[in-house]
Amino acid sequence: MTGTLAARISAHPFFAALTDEQRAALAGDGAAVAFAAGERLFDEGGSADRFWLIEDGSVALDMGVPGRGDQIVETLASGTVLGWSWLHPPYRWHFGAVARLATTAIEFDAPSVRRRCDEDPAFGYAALRLFTPVITERLQATRLRLLDLYASPSQVRQREILQADT
Amino acid sequence: MTGQGTTMPPLTDPAPAVPCFYRVASRREDTGDTVTVELAEPDGPVPAFAPGQFAMLTALGVGEVPISVSGLGDSGGGRARLLQHTLRAVGAVTRALCAAQPGGLIGVRGPFGTGWDVASAAGRDIVIVAGGIGLAPLRPVVLTALADRSRYGRIVLLAGTRTPGDLLYADELERWRRDGVEVAVTVDHAERGWSGEVGLVTALIEPAGLAPGNSVAFVCGPDIMMRVTADALAALGIPAGRIRVSLERNMRCGAAWCGHCQLGPLLVCRDGPVVGYDRAAALMRVREL
Repeated sequence: MTGTLAARISAHPFFAALTDEQRAALAGDGAAVAFAAGERLFDEGGSADRFWLIEDGSVALDMGVPGRGDQIVETLASGTVLGWSWLHPPYRWHFGAVARLATTAIEFDAPSVRRRCDEDPAFGYAALRLFTPVITERLQATRLRLLDLYASPSQVRQREILQADT
Repeated sequence: MTGQGTTMPPLTDPAPAVPCFYRVASRREDTGDTVTVELAEPDGPVPAFAPGQFAMLTALGVGEVPISVSGLGDSGGGRARLLQHTLRAVGAVTRALCAAQPGGLIGVRGPFGTGWDVASAAGRDIVIVAGGIGLAPLRPVVLTALADRSRYGRIVLLAGTRTPGDLLYADELERWRRDGVEVAVTVDHAERGWSGEVGLVTALIEPAGLAPGNSVAFVCGPDIMMRVTADALAALGIPAGRIRVSLERNMRCGAAWCGHCQLGPLLVCRDGPVVGYDRAAALMRVREL
């Protein structure tokens, strides 16, 4: 990925709704980062002090399940945002995140962005409007996955038996 | 381009109601509950099934179900001699069909319904989005496009499945990749060792970098999956008339006689299963009675 950070942020559709000034301010809180495949970005329960715009690569969100290891709940591809636990207290990650592939991203300093949101409500509102659709979209996708649409009747029965037995 | 599949002429004689008996030439277990059978017409080539069309398959003494064609085999001399169907055991009839062994007999009526009309995508990119066993009716789209590769732009196949173990045609997906098909797979539930994507199939759309102005989309899977996928493709800019979905309703006669498969103004066995999303969108939101 080439270009200055400000230019990359300005060119990215995710930030299209921000004004030039807001994008420039955000660039001041950002830094270009790279992760090797397999490198962990954060652990479940850790301090949510950053968020990322994935420019290239893929990141898996996971959760440690006793007896089953780290279970991947979702993968996030290039062009998407990683991390929203920084928006609200207690500012702790609900899941862990690990790079599936070599990944490049813009990393943002979350406490600094939060401070900017508090000091400038117009900026804060604009930032929230960037994240709300992402949160909504992932919630809807999760709800659809909960429907288990691809399950055969026997798989549905198996699931029901398991649920009844636990 | 009409945005619809290829419409078959209306059937007026009773022949479509009488099954021909095909012999099971081969049987392959794809997943734990999914089987692909090849059926041979005893007296020669099989009828010209177009991609997307379906047959009514009879398990003797059990019943009859509509199953889309998933391919044609042994096509020497330009006429296929084998009909390929991928079946999932979900009820008494499909369980019996899945259990049929080579040499056994299966009743076949058809071809019925509209096809994907792959040729109408000539000069454009082909975007195929499959959910679960919905990959089976879409397999002929890939095969048709690959057989005449220079007529089409990119071929993008996005597949969602329940678990890695439920993925159909895993070997073929690898072969298609080598042949230049851009294949992306996501699962709802990852298993240990799965290194691919996890999430809804719609999450694969944006990273695919589609050219909406020059794409024709073929979508097949559970109704809700087709709806959210078609909506996402339309939101990207692919006109609804260039997004085709394959509707599954209660097809019985296959010839628009009985009305069991009526969906609003459509008799799905005749006017579908392949329908443009410009027509299907509103109908897919109608609650069943």
